[in-house]
Amino acid sequence: MAALTSTSTAASLDDAAPVRRTRRRPRVWRGAVLGLAGLYFLLPLVSSFVFTVHVPGQGVSFEAYTGIVGAEGFTDSLLLSLGLAAATIALTLLLAVPALVAVRLGSPGLRPVIEVMCMLPLVVPPIALVTGITTVLRWGPEKLSHTPLYQTFLAVQDESFPLVLVFAYTVLALPFVYRSLDAGLRAIDVPTLVEAARNCGASWPQVVVRVILPNLRAALAGAAFLTLALVLGEFTIAALLGYEPFAVWIVTISGAQARMSVAVSILSLLITWVLLLVLSRAGTGTSSASPASSASPASSKES
Amino acid sequence: MSVSAPSVTSAPDGSRSTSGAGRRGRRGPRTRGPRTWLATVPLLAFTGLCFGLPVAALLYGAFTSDDPDTGATSFTGEHVERSLQGPYLNSLIGSVQLATLVAVIGSVAGVLIAQAIVTSRRQWLRSATLTASGVLANFGGVPLAFAFIATLGISGVVTELANLGDLGWNLYSFSGLAVVYLYFLTPLMVLVIIPALDGLRPQWREAAQNNGASGWQFWRLVGLPVLAPSLMGGFVLLFGSAFAAHATAAALVGGSVPLVTLKIADALSGNVMVGQENVALALGLDMILIAGLVMAVYLPLQRRSARWLH
Repeated sequence: MAALTSTSTAASLDDAAPVRRTRRRPRVWRGAVLGLAGLYFLLPLVSSFVFTVHVPGQGVSFEAYTGIVGAEGFTDSLLLSLGLAAATIALTLLLAVPALVAVRLGSPGLRPVIEVMCMLPLVVPPIALVTGITTVLRWGPEKLSHTPLYQTFLAVQDESFPLVLVFAYTVLALPFVYRSLDAGLRAIDVPTLVEAARNCGASWPQVVVRVILPNLRAALAGAAFLTLALVLGEFTIAALLGYEPFAVWIVTISGAQARMSVAVSILSLLITWVLLLVLSRAGTGTSSASPASSASPASSKES
Repeated sequence: MSVSAPSVTSAPDGSRSTSGAGRRGRRGPRTRGPRTWLATVPLLAFTGLCFGLPVAALLYGAFTSDDPDTGATSFTGEHVERSLQGPYLNSLIGSVQLATLVAVIGSVAGVLIAQAIVTSRRQWLRSATLTASGVLANFGGVPLAFAFIATLGISGVVTELANLGDLGWNLYSFSGLAVVYLYFLTPLMVLVIIPALDGLRPQWREAAQNNGASGWQFWRLVGLPVLAPSLMGGFVLLFGSAFAAHATAAALVGGSVPLVTLKIADALSGNVMVGQENVALALGLDMILIAGLVMAVYLPLQRRSARWLH
């Protein structure tokens, strides 16, 4: 391949004229495509901002932003969403990391099983999952009211911290977390690392905490970011089960305070952006700052 | 950390699974031994309970009906049949049409943008686009709907500036929804397709040129065949995301556009006659079947396209 490259570049240097002609055309369409794309993607952001600060007939006002913190339900819903996100991240990683490390170390036969179990939620859209969840939750009062399980049903649906949402979000997050962690584990040689650490006298907890997890830092950060973005933006399941985390709250206030709902929407985009930057920094550390790495957490969702 | 450096660089990606298996076979008993499967039990138990149980309940409910008088449960195909008739069928068709439309436009736009980025020599442009795509692909749902209401809604900034209302523009419609969906689907396509476009080696183009191929011939005979699995995979992924999307549509159009996700939400929140919950479950089953079909196409394509990326 290398020989071919050198000869072909030499050849293209020889007929410089035709090559230049084929190169100029792309520059025109490239500019047009990027210009149009920039317009389409920036326009909603700019005009949303204008919408929030410009009150017709009154001029410029930042009330929509200053009023957010004091708005009724804002703190509660945001805290609920952040709490749900933290619990979901913790649960997903606690479930997925040991299982994925284990199949690499000693149970390769289980690997297809784990992969299928983690990927299956992709086939079930959230709205279909929530119909199943409501069906199961209805069984509680109907069929289990005389058994001790009934208390579990009530505890899971607790208004102040609905565990049922944590469970549902964990299911939704599993495919993305699986891919992120699987890619991370594929990039390191787990058996060799474990063996080296064991030979140096490390105990099993030490191996996991001080050898495997640090090497998975980027994958863990990517998985955490995806889960966080998913939970903060999730509307369908929470709304249909009757809870009010952040996304549901924005819809609730939109009727009375349209400006504020748009302002909060812009802020949530900014927060996502900042989190992505912070986590990609944390993930890549100081070792490598390749340009693609900044987008890797999000791209790992689909790749 | 120093332990990791050599292993990362020395281990080539493709041969990992086979060499790993061989090593495990030789040294397996000395490492964790036969008890490693225990670590997978929590995950399997959790998915069985929190995912398997609701899906089983959905299947059960979609195929059974309770007699209100006797309380007896009998199996029936009635709900599924009803979910494929009248307004429910219309909503399924509406969802498939919308998802197809945005998947086609999003794929084409995404490929064009990605190709513009890949062929550009400006590194900052590339990293800025990748970061922006990562953020915008996650910017679905409610906030996106409100950003577009402020932009192109009835009293939106752009609507008023350009008098779009007089031109017949309506955000709360099929085409309006398509414009909004493209806002997070196009970046998704960019993210999916950039690795594939990076994998198109310049040598192939040079080889084609040396053999006298025109630009069109290169794309038709070399470029597109190599990209085809990634393109199809991206298209299917966009279709699946658009098909399953509910929050954006719920915040934007309410019920004015027939979409299956909105119909299910209506039935669940009791906005329809009593006894329709089971039809909601049957509609959920229809969605799972369509999404399953989509994934059955997507995953093998994903594997095939991965061949060209290394």
